Amino acid sequence: MEYLNTLINEIYKIIFLVIPILVSVAMIVWLDRRVWGLVQKRRGPNVVGPFGLFQTLADALKYIFKEIIIPASANKTIFILAPIITMTLALVAWAVIPLSETLVLSNINVGILYLFAISSLGVYGIIMGGWASNSKYPFLGAIRSAAQMVSYEVSIGIIIINVLLCVGSLNLNDIVLAQKNLWYVIPLFPMFVVFFISALAETNRPPFDLPEAEAELVAGYQTEYSGMMYAMFWLGEYANILLMCAMGSILFLGGWLPPLDIYPFNVVPAPFWMIFKILFLFFLFAIIKAIVPRYRYDQLMRLGWKVFLPFSLIYVVLTASFLLYFDKLPKGSF
Amino acid sequence: MLAHAIFFYFFSILAIFSALMVITSRSTVNSVFFLILDFISVGCLFIMVGAEFLGMILLIVYVGAVAVLFLFVVMMLNVAQQKQSWFVGQKSTHIPSGLIVSVLILLELLVVVGGWKYKENIMSSSNLVIDTSITNTHSIGSVMYTDYILYFQLSGVILLLSMVGAIILTYRKRENVKTQSYLKQISRDKASAVMLKDVEFNKGVKIDD
Repeated sequence: MEYLNTLINEIYKIIFLVIPILVSVAMIVWLDRRVWGLVQKRRGPNVVGPFGLFQTLADALKYIFKEIIIPASANKTIFILAPIITMTLALVAWAVIPLSETLVLSNINVGILYLFAISSLGVYGIIMGGWASNSKYPFLGAIRSAAQMVSYEVSIGIIIINVLLCVGSLNLNDIVLAQKNLWYVIPLFPMFVVFFISALAETNRPPFDLPEAEAELVAGYQTEYSGMMYAMFWLGEYANILLMCAMGSILFLGGWLPPLDIYPFNVVPAPFWMIFKILFLFFLFAIIKAIVPRYRYDQLMRLGWKVFLPFSLIYVVLTASFLLYFDKLPKGSF
Repeated sequence: MLAHAIFFYFFSILAIFSALMVITSRSTVNSVFFLILDFISVGCLFIMVGAEFLGMILLIVYVGAVAVLFLFVVMMLNVAQQKQSWFVGQKSTHIPSGLIVSVLILLELLVVVGGWKYKENIMSSSNLVIDTSITNTHSIGSVMYTDYILYFQLSGVILLLSMVGAIILTYRKRENVKTQSYLKQISRDKASAVMLKDVEFNKGVKIDD
């Protein structure tokens, strides 16, 4: 009976975490298209509902009622599994994101490692989808994305090490609380820039959207997908982008902390600050999609391996020596 | 404890099943997918015994990086061709060497595991004292970077060596490859890039000479 109660309690919590995420993913797609439109002096989606807010819901409804076509030569099991994996991985990662000190589904010790692991698994959805389609363009897209995501994960990992050196804990709440006096975006600003660009590459956003470069690969790994399966890829991608924004705001922008601990700021509840920061980062993502042209593949690899990796490694050495010299290494739980 | 037992058996059965599927499934790509499932379930087992750091590192390193590249290679291979030579064609010539290697590994395992029995003052892991006041990430770090720093660094050097070796083996200088030199592009100036020429009537200008 006790187990059953815990189980129901947890499921209740999970549902009330997943539904807001799905709704905000829908809203964020609208925001993305809207910003994109406004930068290009178009209106963007503005017809369905107030300000066009229900555009994504209308799209999703359309996808649900469309037929799912599975190519005859596709590997059926893996073809169907791929969008499911993308979507699931994008959602499970939210389990550890703290929206305030207490408002978190599971406050685990190795939260940042969990996030990193889940985001590195995201590549499987794309590889599986691309391979199982058994067609040229999806396969080329999948190969590109595998190389791209693995490359940029390395620099993201090293950036995380930079932050962890200053915090001394892998727990996400500890990372946020360590920024009480100074957000890490100030001392680690170069790392914030590198993280942001790597996050663009990790989520296959323009200017690094080579896995689905329309001009070369039709739609990359999702060419053969239709109906709801395509929509799952698409929602999973946006959920991943939101996740990367959340990760950036936790690592560098002080998570749910207000910018200054003074009167008008600290009465605003913590989750609002978190949401505000995620939205701010997402706005940057959307602006960049509109204003930057796509990279060439060799430029992308050069940037990842020859620029970001050495730079973040050097910064690790710098941070560590600084902390050691000024005796500022986190003592934490030693 | 019931829920714990259920999860333990679930993950361990999944691990054993997928390990079996890795060696029995006909398609190489499926084998790799089962290998990934195996890594994930073993990672979950690690997390269940409280070694959350090890579990996560297993996920990040093996599933997130090694298996991706593995999958990548297997997908690129011409699997259909190989399958015929392995399963349909003549008897494989790899069986004797495979047998020798596996027998050697079995013997080594026997020596290592059997050796425990004759070692005096051996400690069972169940009477180790675990300091619960620090997380196991801290305790791994405090052992690895102090008592075992030599082994840690040696394994790092071995990894570096294998990386350098792999690059040397596969690297070949290709000719006629178009590369972009940023320095050259930036350092172009007006004097070297633009030229003013008087063009004679009906002759044209000769460039690229």
